[in-house]
Amino acid sequence: MMQSRAEWMGLLARSNPPMVAQAWESLGLSPPFKWLRAPELGAVMVRGQAGGSGKPFNLGEMTVTRCALQLVDEQPTVVGHAYVQGRNKAHAEQAALVDALMQTQHANQVDRMVLQPLANALALQVAEQKEKAAATKVDFFTLVRGEDE
Amino acid sequence: MYVAVKGGEKAIDQAHAWLAEVRRGDQNTAVLDTAQIRDQLTLACNRVMAEGSLYDPDLAALAIKQARGDLVEAIFLIRAYRTTLPRFGASAPIDTGAMTCIRRISATFKDAPGGQLLGPTFDYTHRLLDFTLLANGEAELAETERQTLNEPLARVSDILGKDALLQPEPSGNEEPGDLTRQPLAFPADRALRLQSLSRADEGFALCLAYSTQRGYGRNHPFIGELRVGHVEVSMEIPELGFSIVIGEITVTECETVNQFVGSRKQPAQFTRGYGLTFGHTERKAIAMALLDRALRWEELGEDDTGAPAQDAEFVLSHADNIQATGFLEHIKLPHYVDFQSELELVRRLRAEAEQ
Repeated sequence: MMQSRAEWMGLLARSNPPMVAQAWESLGLSPPFKWLRAPELGAVMVRGQAGGSGKPFNLGEMTVTRCALQLVDEQPTVVGHAYVQGRNKAHAEQAALVDALMQTQHANQVDRMVLQPLANALALQVAEQKEKAAATKVDFFTLVRGEDE
Repeated sequence: MYVAVKGGEKAIDQAHAWLAEVRRGDQNTAVLDTAQIRDQLTLACNRVMAEGSLYDPDLAALAIKQARGDLVEAIFLIRAYRTTLPRFGASAPIDTGAMTCIRRISATFKDAPGGQLLGPTFDYTHRLLDFTLLANGEAELAETERQTLNEPLARVSDILGKDALLQPEPSGNEEPGDLTRQPLAFPADRALRLQSLSRADEGFALCLAYSTQRGYGRNHPFIGELRVGHVEVSMEIPELGFSIVIGEITVTECETVNQFVGSRKQPAQFTRGYGLTFGHTERKAIAMALLDRALRWEELGEDDTGAPAQDAEFVLSHADNIQATGFLEHIKLPHYVDFQSELELVRRLRAEAEQ
């Protein structure tokens, strides 16, 4: 089971919205909640580093949607946060609900029904990209042309 | 001085209605879906994201559709949109060393550790029109090889760096300047130059970089490494007190290795140029690296040969296609009052000359 909050929040942010929606629906939970911060579109300035390892510079922005909510039936208070790439408010809402539920007695179920399928899908996608890249691995040979002899 | 004009509302409305109609094109062909633009004209979307300076493939596709494929117009739409977004913060610097590479080549080391991965490239194609595409031929899925790559792929620059053959990258953690917040001023430090070059017009960057290869500020670049792939973006979330990954973006990174004979201060070693751009935009990333290197002449104690690419004020002030097109295209808008005054002046001068 996913233990770290940063880990599942990151997974929810990187997963594509239709997959998050599908996984969320498969869970079949709809806990009542109230917004602490309704879904909001914004930008994050992405930074790079000169030479890949030197001083930071501002590369450009990316769109991000964030929200925060509180589960009303939980005592003590449970707050779910989301910062997800793109402009999909439903994605942010589902991510925040998952974040909140992971802090409740539903954690095991949410992990099994939502997080694991998303993690598997992402891993599969990465593996496929790596395999495709590996198939284009090239060996170049240098040939002595003999003109300099 | 620009004096405003009034009127023309009806004609303008009708012109825009016609624009919408020609954007749609022949009603007998299927309407273009933005998902098709995003997935099939990916490199156009990548250019719009890089120069629009906003990473969002769906918005880039929408902008291209709305702009009828005019990429500078699409970039303009993206730049206008991004000003409406509140800024949530800045990310930690992306770790391009941990990139999941779809392409990674080196022109300096044929046996670069981890290997050379060609990826989905136009290189080595014959540049012959493929008429099967005209006939809506479907491409087969690319073959994959069941093998694991040694990731993360070591940076080529680290290999040279180990023997001090390559100048080390100055490290530091200062807050970089942001030209979207403060207008560009000169002298511009490297962080500002890199930000400006990353969003610079590809055509301008390409041709100016080419000028350095032809001898105007020559600096003998090799592509030490070019890599394209996916990197995670993480940010410290203040309300949580820890850092999380907020998404994943595709970027192109180019590191050039340039000849440097040494100076009184430094022994002979290779120097670096750096390019980093949103999306798979390798022509632009290479051009950026060449220009970055050309603009470093002063800190490296090189001569100012008077080449355009060495002149930061010239390069950075003219690299932005939105600033350029704004100023250039505004002269087609009504200037009747300005022109009227010039006309009167010329008439008066002529009349005076005749007396």
